[in-house]
Amino acid sequence: MPERKVIDARGSFCPGPLMELIGWIKLAEIGDELEVLSTDKGSANDIPEWVKKVGHDFLGAREEAGVWHITVKKAK
Amino acid sequence: MESNKISIIVVSGAHERLQMAAMVASVGAVSGNEVSVFLSMNAMPYFVKGSDTRAPAEGPFGTLMAGKNVPAFRMLFQQAIELGGAKVHPCSMAMDVMGVESEGLEPFLSEPLGLTKFLRDARDAQVWTF
Repeated sequence: MPERKVIDARGSFCPGPLMELIGWIKLAEIGDELEVLSTDKGSANDIPEWVKKVGHDFLGAREEAGVWHITVKKAK
Repeated sequence: MESNKISIIVVSGAHERLQMAAMVASVGAVSGNEVSVFLSMNAMPYFVKGSDTRAPAEGPFGTLMAGKNVPAFRMLFQQAIELGGAKVHPCSMAMDVMGVESEGLEPFLSEPLGLTKFLRDARDAQVWTF
C-alpha cells in the first residue's frame, strides 16, 4: 500500500526543503507520495527541477496562504 | 542519468562563501554529480573538531542570513556526503601549517589530499572556487 508523507520544511531556506525531501525519499518505498510544505519560493521552483533530473514523478505544486505544497511520487 | 564531475575549492572563511560552496556541493551531489570538495586556508578552521561553526559575514548578505533559518553550511556539506556521496577533503598543506592531524578534524571529512592529486582528479570536472 503506497503511503503519503508530509514533510514540514516551512521556515527553511534553499536548499533546506530539497535536502529534507531527499532524506525522506531515500527511506520511502516506490509508489509512496511525499508532500513538502515550504515557505521558500525558490524551493518550489527547484524541487520540480531536481525531481525531473533524477527521474521521480512530480505530481504538482500549489500555493496556499504563503505555503507551497509540492508533491512528488517516488518512482525508482 | 548523466554524471558530471564537480570539483569545489573552498579557501574563504566568510559565511557567504562557505554557504554557497556548501549549497553547490549538496545540490550538485544529490543531482547525480560526482562532487569533490577541497578545503584549505581560511576555510579549514571550521572543520576542526569542536570549532566554532559560525563564520563571520563578509558583507550585508551574510548579516541578513544570520537572522534567518538558513541551513548550516557544515550540515549541508554532511548532507552532500550522506545523501549524494560527495567527498570533502582537507588540504594536507593546510593541516601541516595548522599542526592538525586527521583525528583532530571532523569525522565526516575524507582523507587529506595534496593539490597534485586534487588537480589530477579535477582534470575533467567543472571547477568552482569559493
